[in-house]
Amino acid sequence: MFNSNISRRNFMGLTAGAAGAAALAACGSSGPSDKGSSSGGSGSGSASYWSLSGEPGEPIRQAAIDRFNKANPDTKITPTFFQNDAYKQKIKTAIGAGQAPTLIWGWGGGGLKSYVDANQVVDLTDWLGQNAAVKDKILPSSFGAGTVNGKVYALPVETVQPIVLYYNKKAFAKIGANPPQSYGDILDLIPKFNAKGIAPFSLAGQSRWTNMMWLEFMLDRQAGSEVFDNVFAGKAGSWSDPQVLEMLTKVQDLVKQKAFINGFSSITADSNADQALLYTGKAAMMVHGSWSYGIQKADGGSFVKDGGLGWMNFPPIDGGKGDPSNTVGNPGQYLSISSKASAADQETAKKFFSTTLVDDDEKAGWVKSGGVPVLKNSDSLFTGDDAQFLKDMSAIASGAKTFAQSWDQALSPTAAETLLDNIAKLFQLQVTPQQWVDNMNGVIGK
Amino acid sequence: MTTLAPPAVRVQEPTTAKGGRSGSVVWMAIPALLMFVAFGIIPLLGVIALSFTTWDGIGDIHPSGLDSWTAALKDPGLPHAIWVTFEIMFISWLVQTPISIMIGVFLAATKKYRGFLAVLYFIPLLLSSAAISITYKALLDPNFGLGAGFGVDWLKQDWLGDSKLAIGVLIFVVSWQYIPFHSLIYQGAVRQIPTSMYEASMIDGAGRVRQFFSITLPQIKYTIITSSTLMVVGSLTFFDLIYVLTGGGPGDSTRALALEMYQKGFMANLMGPASCIAVILVLSGVVLAQLLRRLGGRGDESMQEGV
Repeated sequence: MFNSNISRRNFMGLTAGAAGAAALAACGSSGPSDKGSSSGGSGSGSASYWSLSGEPGEPIRQAAIDRFNKANPDTKITPTFFQNDAYKQKIKTAIGAGQAPTLIWGWGGGGLKSYVDANQVVDLTDWLGQNAAVKDKILPSSFGAGTVNGKVYALPVETVQPIVLYYNKKAFAKIGANPPQSYGDILDLIPKFNAKGIAPFSLAGQSRWTNMMWLEFMLDRQAGSEVFDNVFAGKAGSWSDPQVLEMLTKVQDLVKQKAFINGFSSITADSNADQALLYTGKAAMMVHGSWSYGIQKADGGSFVKDGGLGWMNFPPIDGGKGDPSNTVGNPGQYLSISSKASAADQETAKKFFSTTLVDDDEKAGWVKSGGVPVLKNSDSLFTGDDAQFLKDMSAIASGAKTFAQSWDQALSPTAAETLLDNIAKLFQLQVTPQQWVDNMNGVIGK
Repeated sequence: MTTLAPPAVRVQEPTTAKGGRSGSVVWMAIPALLMFVAFGIIPLLGVIALSFTTWDGIGDIHPSGLDSWTAALKDPGLPHAIWVTFEIMFISWLVQTPISIMIGVFLAATKKYRGFLAVLYFIPLLLSSAAISITYKALLDPNFGLGAGFGVDWLKQDWLGDSKLAIGVLIFVVSWQYIPFHSLIYQGAVRQIPTSMYEASMIDGAGRVRQFFSITLPQIKYTIITSSTLMVVGSLTFFDLIYVLTGGGPGDSTRALALEMYQKGFMANLMGPASCIAVILVLSGVVLAQLLRRLGGRGDESMQEGV
């Protein structure tokens, strides 16, 4: 690429050099660039906060920060919001470059562990010990994914998000069928919907973690929660289980039977196209996180309001080992404090934790968006249009025998990338179940 | 500034191209050289150094000898990514070159309506790759796109979800975006051809087709090599377009080297192997650029001998 032989002054040499320089410039601009002006450690009494953009979360996050800044005029928190997939890269790059924001928003689990291993986040265990009142306001089950090696490095915030099976009631009325009670019902429904020109399931396959949600439930219902527990614990060969092969074969059969909408592998979740397919009636069902309710409510016109949307926990597989009450998802979102931030900014962040993030406005804000807060005693707030949904989500979350964390969040980034890559190939029928198991066994504990 | 005036080249012996006047002109390359060292050579050395380490992008960098290289070279994803890269490179070159030449020749004629057309043709050049990708992604969406909207069945393909179609779409979009740029280069080249050549050939009774093959094409030989070099080397670094359009998918069907590098480095936190891929990218670029130069001969003989 780099024709740097400058002694040759002929035209071609210059052109090739220019091409090289252009190519380099392209290299530079294509990577994630960090232009965040407010980095930690500025000491100017301004703590920075990075999080995700978009409805329904962004306005609530913004409102919390506004409340805090109003109540504390001399310590300011400056927020920056990013799109989901872009944020994941950006925050990693920023932390690696020592440019992390004071408040690091995340999903806990394996990603948090990599920050902890690099000594980039503050240990909150002692602080929570001294501020038991804060800890007591948050659901205990949400602390798990914020804990690494027995120490708490991230405060659970925002909402508990189980993944559920959504369905469009009108689509079911069209074929005169009832929502599925078992996996067998799902298989029966597939040809019926396809015959009517309605896709059985909406799926944003290009985003990959969307396919993963399917696998999480299929594995749990088929083989129980132990398989992934072993993978998470780093036991060699954990994926080598006949039940895993059976589950993977079932998933590929779903693809072959056209259970997923035409073109699913080019649909992205960040554009909410998968959810649009459900509320426009082009697809009948969708496996998605509880946050999707708020999106469908905001984007789907009167779809949710008119009772067009149904939801349930993923049905059991006949003969499967998993407990049908089990669920998967995000036990919370997590805020960590950068260890590179100045002491003053860290104090600001802790004050934010102990005041604004656990106050009643915060709780009410998330409830209003259609989410179940990680804060205790929210049930009394479940009123109005969303009451039933909120009650059901709360029941699924608290009634689950096992509430597993989403795989890509639980695992290390290296293992998660291999997982997502292989899941995409599985749905594309580019790998066989056996190859999938072999590939995944190869990254256990990495 | 007398130093700015170059001495008459014709008088100079071609063998002494390196000596003599170099002292007076070399300093002009300094600004470009500084930029190139700062943004080209230094990062390149950094990448080479990183390729011999293990680093997750967050913690400390540990030197680890050839570990990253063996990991990168053993990965079955690498040959696949190389194959995809060269597939895109070759086919898009094959599509772009003839069309660019034809449009360039067409636009080179000084007629008013062609000037108007030229403006239209160059519109894609003004758009960013990301914008183009998002637009095509929306147009080709099997459920909400053109095909579904107008009820045109043949447009209702799973354009970006089928491995073969996705590569085809990618090449189409690349060509759509870059043909205007290469047409511009060819337009300039064709305009440089002395009209006396065409006049002479007309007297000899040559038709338009004959003129094109006997005068135009040989005369723009070096431009073809320039444009090909830009296409070939440029296609090594296609990233934004593929990233937005297909994300390397479906599965890994369109995962070219640049995407493989990104995924390894920034998604999987394996900076070592990602740096190895970067080095491979650099080497392929250098080799290809050199090959194309050789193909064009020494490049310092005149194209217009005898004129």
